[in-house]
Amino acid sequence: MRTLLASLLSLACARSSFALVQAASPVPNIFKSESTPADSIHRLSVFVLIITGLIFLVVFSLLAYAVVKFRNRPSPDNLEPPQVYGSNQIELAWTVIPVLIVLVLFFATARVIQSVQDAVPPANAVRVTAIGHQFWWEFRYPALGIVTANELHVPVSDRDRPTPTYVTLLSADTDHSFWVPQLAGKTDLIPNRINSIWIDPHSTGMYVGQCAQYCGVQHAKMLLRVYVDSPDQFRAWVDAQKRPAQTSEAVAAGRRIFESTACVNCHAVTGTIANGRFGPDLTHLASRDTIASGAAANNHENLKLWIRDPDAIKPGSLMPAMNLTDRDLESVTAYLESLK
Amino acid sequence: MSSESIALTGVHEPSRPLGNVLHSWITTVDHKRIGILYILYALLMLVIGGIEATIIRIQLIVPHNNFVSPEFFNQMFTMHGTTMIFFVVMPMLFGFGNYLVPLMIGARDMAFPRLNAFSFWLTAFGGLLLYFSFIGGNGLYGTGAAPDVGWWAYSPLTSKAFSPGHNTEFWTLSLLVSGFGSIGTAVNFIATILCLRCPGMTLGKMPLLPWLNLVTAGMVLFAISPLTAAQILLCLDRFLGAHFFDTQAGGSAVLWMHFFWIFGHPEVYILVLPAFAFISEIVPVFSRKPIFGYPIMVAASVGIGFVSFSVWAHHMFTIGMNSYANGFFALTSMVVGIPTGIKIFNWLGTMWGGKLLFKTPMLFCIGFLFQFLMAGLTGIMLAAAPFNWQLNNSYFVVAHFHYVIVGGILFAIFGAFYYWFPKMSGRLYNETLGKLHFWLLIIGFHLTFDFMHIPGILGMPRRIYTYEPGRGWEIWNLIVTIGVFFQIAAIIVFAANLVYSIFKGKLAGNDPWDAWTLEWSVPSPPPEYNFATIPVVNSRRPLWDIKHPEDPDWQYE
Repeated sequence: MRTLLASLLSLACARSSFALVQAASPVPNIFKSESTPADSIHRLSVFVLIITGLIFLVVFSLLAYAVVKFRNRPSPDNLEPPQVYGSNQIELAWTVIPVLIVLVLFFATARVIQSVQDAVPPANAVRVTAIGHQFWWEFRYPALGIVTANELHVPVSDRDRPTPTYVTLLSADTDHSFWVPQLAGKTDLIPNRINSIWIDPHSTGMYVGQCAQYCGVQHAKMLLRVYVDSPDQFRAWVDAQKRPAQTSEAVAAGRRIFESTACVNCHAVTGTIANGRFGPDLTHLASRDTIASGAAANNHENLKLWIRDPDAIKPGSLMPAMNLTDRDLESVTAYLESLK
Repeated sequence: MSSESIALTGVHEPSRPLGNVLHSWITTVDHKRIGILYILYALLMLVIGGIEATIIRIQLIVPHNNFVSPEFFNQMFTMHGTTMIFFVVMPMLFGFGNYLVPLMIGARDMAFPRLNAFSFWLTAFGGLLLYFSFIGGNGLYGTGAAPDVGWWAYSPLTSKAFSPGHNTEFWTLSLLVSGFGSIGTAVNFIATILCLRCPGMTLGKMPLLPWLNLVTAGMVLFAISPLTAAQILLCLDRFLGAHFFDTQAGGSAVLWMHFFWIFGHPEVYILVLPAFAFISEIVPVFSRKPIFGYPIMVAASVGIGFVSFSVWAHHMFTIGMNSYANGFFALTSMVVGIPTGIKIFNWLGTMWGGKLLFKTPMLFCIGFLFQFLMAGLTGIMLAAAPFNWQLNNSYFVVAHFHYVIVGGILFAIFGAFYYWFPKMSGRLYNETLGKLHFWLLIIGFHLTFDFMHIPGILGMPRRIYTYEPGRGWEIWNLIVTIGVFFQIAAIIVFAANLVYSIFKGKLAGNDPWDAWTLEWSVPSPPPEYNFATIPVVNSRRPLWDIKHPEDPDWQYE
């Protein structure tokens, strides 16, 4: 049995070869909430769990008691048990009690729906537009003039200085869903529809999430990271992102290849002729921890592999293999790595 | 030697050539044979859907697994869902309904026998069309590919831009075809139950199984119709360039969601009410008591039928409906729990004070009661809209609806299998193998679906072909996959029992369970046209009245 299982496991576990994201990702547990919408849901869910738990205890005890108590024992008479057809009093009782429970649950639910959904954004709220693409996230900060991808930066929102972030959710192609369990419940990004969500993370750090609405081949690797920065860190990040791309002579060869091949059809690098909108903005690619929407760590080897053969990291991704010579590949990689 | 040749030609009934036997099954309009065809078809599809589920679970056993490609994985979960809902559970329940309803209401056949056969063949060919996509769908010539848009086939993933080729057309056409079959069956059930009941069987004296099938048939009529309409619109989009769901030309993704779920949620009750019907027949017989609160049971079923049409958008809490709509659908979804709860209490009331016999059918019913209770409670959690914002589209939801469909409906179906197997085959099944099947299945079920809730709470979405390590999901996925192998073992034991008992089982006689409804008054298997003379009944338990003339039911009803 053990050998069977072992061989089955080895059959099943042909692992992929590329280097994985090694950063310690925290567990996106919905009960470790770190933001007001997630906190309210957390409190409601504990309340619902207690009530359903009590119902379970009562009904399960009745079932267990009936199974044990009324199991057939050999009796001398072998008669049928008393034939009981029903009782209106009992029926009334087990109708009214559930009605009352439903009312209580409904009012608790309605309160949380209202508090989360109908919250009015304060004047100082950070505004972000998230656009879902197959299979990556575009983040735009219209007021700040920043465009980035896959890694959302927001300021921490503590009690003294509440700075919530309001995210407008749009889709460029199919349905997607924005879900960072520790910060808020999920909301879908649907073409021809404007949705929104808000978060106000209480403590700094990185929170993981991912697309939660099936959107095509690579739905699984449409990962999402939210970096909650201290006010100073956030300001510094904003300043860095606002700058156009910094390039140096050392990577001029790579830049030339980048700008003269199909790269620029899909990717934009501010301050250069590259202004494609189909793929992620690469102006500050090197400032990001991951590539391919979180599918791989942003390092030299992965970046090279990604440009040479995106399917090796993310089969079905819409980026084509670029078919560069080894030397050109090295130059383009160096150029992209210089985009801090 | 000559005596043998005489015996061969004269005394025995000449054995008919296989061709004739097959011909008689293919051309049959007998409700019992059609019922058995439905059931066999559903069993075949159950094996196929099960293989697909196994592939899904092997792929997810460890993170970053490469057992199958993402494209193939997406086809597998699409085909698994579509197969299990439309070509396993629905045909299975229609099969039992077909077989049992005329027998239980004292009729000689369904109201429209030819429509009945037509409906079955539409369903059967619908399933074949779906699976033909593996050959004829998008792909190299002759090496097609199955639909990969998920079993809800959300727009705009189904539009030409995102699903080129023909796989999506196989999906929509196969459901269109089988949908017409289901509508035909629904019309047939309604006509049969309303018009062909035997003398004395008023609606108030009709057993619960036909009652629940009547409610189900009404729901099929009103739920499958919008689905069929939506499939026609999708066909217009794909074949004629219309833009109902083509968002790139201004179509609406949300429109499809409404169409799909106004079918999709009543569908859950279409599947579960016949399961309730089995429980409502089996639990009384093995508790040796009549069903507790018959009028309330009927009222609760009709109530579920109506309320279930007002809850569909609880599948859409995350699409950004306004707070009033979210509140409304949270309320209706919780309200549907009330009649469902009443039913559970009435089954407990039926067992209370009885003499419980733990034969295999009863074991499956008790498994059903426990698992359906759990499924209902996780359903309440999902009805609380904000909680749903976290849980929707996560593995918690996957665990929840498998609790309903496997833990509830499939357990009830196996209970029904063992309960009516003697009637259908004329032979008793093997009790030891039956109990082994039950215990293997319940161990496998709980390993798989109990632990599947947890990765959902830890943020694991459904429909992902692989996942990142280090998110606390590995151990749970491993346990979930191990459970699958227990379930496979259970199904093998079940199949062995079925085959063994059909050929070697002890003869059952008319009434092996000492039961009370009309199907047990005729031989096993029942003759063509069921009843030599149409029975006359005075109560809900006509056979009880015959067996206990000193204390008949009609005195109390």
